[in-house]
Amino acid sequence: MKSYRAAINEAMAGEMRRDASVIVMGEDVSGGTGAPGEDDAWGGPLGVTKGLYTEFGSSRVLDTPIAEGGFIGAAAGAAVTGMRPIVDLMFVDFLGVCFDAIYNQAGKFRYMFGGKAETPLVVRTMYGAGLRAASQHSQTLYSLFTHVPGVKVVVPSNPYDAKGLMIQSIRDNDPVVFFEHKAMYDDEGDVPDEAYTVPFGEANVVREGDDVTIVAIGKMVHLATQAADNLANEGISCTVIDPRTLSPLDDETILEEVEATGRLVVVDESHPRCSMAADISSIVAQQAFKSLKAAIEKVTAPHCPVPFAPELEDLYIPKVEDVEAAVRRTMA
Amino acid sequence: MQLSRDELLKAYRTMAAARHFEESVFENFSDGKIPGFVHLSAGQEATAAGVYMSLDERDWIATTHRAHGQCIARGLDLQETMDEIYGATTGVCGGKGGSMHIADIEKGMLGANGIIGATGPLAVGAGLSARAKGDDGVAVAFYGDGGSNQGLIFEAYNMANIWKLPVIFICEDNGYAEATPSSYSVAGSQVARANGFGMPGVEVDGFDFFAVHDAMREAVERARNGEGPSLIHIKTARFYGHFVGDAQTYRGDGEIDKLRAEKDCLNLFR
Repeated sequence: MKSYRAAINEAMAGEMRRDASVIVMGEDVSGGTGAPGEDDAWGGPLGVTKGLYTEFGSSRVLDTPIAEGGFIGAAAGAAVTGMRPIVDLMFVDFLGVCFDAIYNQAGKFRYMFGGKAETPLVVRTMYGAGLRAASQHSQTLYSLFTHVPGVKVVVPSNPYDAKGLMIQSIRDNDPVVFFEHKAMYDDEGDVPDEAYTVPFGEANVVREGDDVTIVAIGKMVHLATQAADNLANEGISCTVIDPRTLSPLDDETILEEVEATGRLVVVDESHPRCSMAADISSIVAQQAFKSLKAAIEKVTAPHCPVPFAPELEDLYIPKVEDVEAAVRRTMA
Repeated sequence: MQLSRDELLKAYRTMAAARHFEESVFENFSDGKIPGFVHLSAGQEATAAGVYMSLDERDWIATTHRAHGQCIARGLDLQETMDEIYGATTGVCGGKGGSMHIADIEKGMLGANGIIGATGPLAVGAGLSARAKGDDGVAVAFYGDGGSNQGLIFEAYNMANIWKLPVIFICEDNGYAEATPSSYSVAGSQVARANGFGMPGVEVDGFDFFAVHDAMREAVERARNGEGPSLIHIKTARFYGHFVGDAQTYRGDGEIDKLRAEKDCLNLFR
C-alpha cells in the first residue's frame, strides 16, 4: 500500500530518472535552497516533492521566487524549447496571477503556431475544501481550465490513478493541469512499483448498477461509492463513474451508462454555475434525452466562497447523505 | 565594432526588406485585402537588424505583436510570413496565428505575442532550456515601453538574475504604448530598473543600427560566457500608428514627417 502523496512522488522521480529533460519548479519544491538550514527542507508545502532535490540537484529541482505568473510563464517557455517541466502552482486558488501563462501561452502554442509547437508542461496544483484553509486556499476550480481548448485537465481520485495519470501527464506533449485534493494525500491504495500509464479520456467505471448512474469527480468518487453502498441496502443499484480526466472527457462511457440506467446524478465539489456538473448534465440532456426517466440531479457546493468557520465549511462540502438524497429524488 | 562588407550589406538588406514588407502590408491592408488588424514596425528596422545579427541558430526569441521586421531579420521565409498575415494555409503557421502570432519554432522564433509582457517569462524558460542543453544559446525577450510596465517583466528580471540565465531583455521603446506616451507611463528609467535587479543595462539610439548592434554584441557575449542577463533599452519610433487605421491624433504636428526626414535608420546607415 502506498499513499496518494507517495504515488505522485514516485511517478515524478521515475520519470526524472528516465528523462533528463524532466525538471521540477515551484515555490519550496525543495525548500531551503541557499538557506543555512537543509536543502529539501520541505520537499513541497505538503511533502509531495520530498527527496527529488537530494537525488536530482538544484539544476533540476528549482525553488522559485513567489511569482507564479513569472515562473509558470518560464515553465511554458522551457516546455516549448525542449524541457518537460513539472511546475507547482501550489494552491489552485493562485491561478489568478498566472492564468495567462497557462491558457494564452502554453495552451495555445500548438494551435496558433500551425501545429509545429509542442508544450509538454505539467502544472501540479492542490484543490478542495475541508482543511479549514478558508476562501483563498480551498477552491475547486478545474472547470475554469476545462473551458480552455488546448489544456488537458486531470483529477485522480486514488493513488493508483494518481501515479499512472502523472506519468501520462509528464509524457504527454500538451500542457496538463494535474489536480491533487489536499485532503487525500494520506489516502492509501495498491500502487505497483514499476512505471505504468493511465490513458487520458478513459473513465473508470468504479461499480455497475441498474437504476442510477452517478458521475463523481476526484474526492467525490469516494462519497459516491459510499452512497451507492448505503443505497444498495434500500434496493437501489447505482453505477459510479470516475471520469479521471475532465479534458479530454470520456463522454461516451457516461452516455452509455446513462442510457442503461436512465438516471443521472453528478457529484462535483465545485460551485454549481458553469461547472463540470453543469457541463456533464448538458451533454447528457442533449445526447441521451430520450433515455432519461427523471430530471438530472446535481450535488455540488453552493454558489458561495468557501467559508472558514468549521461548522460552515462542513455544511459547504457535499456529503454522502446529499448524494443519497439526490439518487432517491431521481427514483421518486 | 568593425563589420565586414558582407555583414554591412546584410544589415542594410534586412532593414530595407523589412521596410518594403511593411509598406506593402500597409497598402494591401488599406485596400481591404488583409483581415484583422496589423501593427507595423516601419521606423524600427534598426532594432530588428541590430539585435538579430548577433544571434544564431542556438538562440531563442520571444517577441511582441509588432514583429514583422524581426521575422525577416530572423530569416523566416518572406512569402510564408506574408501568407500568414493574409490568413492563408500556406502561411508559416498555416493561417492559424496571423500577424500577432507569427512563430517558427524550428528557427527559434517563439512567436510574436498578443499578450503584453508575456515574453519576459517565456525567455527565462528558454534560458533554462539553453542552459540545460549546454550549447551557450541565449534567449531574448522583446517588449515595448508599454510591456515594461507589466509586473511579469519584473518577475522575469528577478528570475533571470537569481539564476544568472543567458537572457537578454530588449525594451523596444517606440515612445507610445498604443496611444499613451512613455514619457507619461514609465516611472524611473529602464536602465535603473535593470540595475535594481542587479543586471547591467544600456540605453541606445534605436535609429542607429551600429549602436544597437554593438550593445547587443556585448550582451550576447556576456550571456554566452555565463555572466548572466542584461537589458538594452532601445529608443526608437514608429512611422505608422499603433495599428493600421489608427488616426494618431495623439502625435504632434509634423512629428512623423520629421521622423521620416531626420530619423530614418536606412538613411542614417548610409
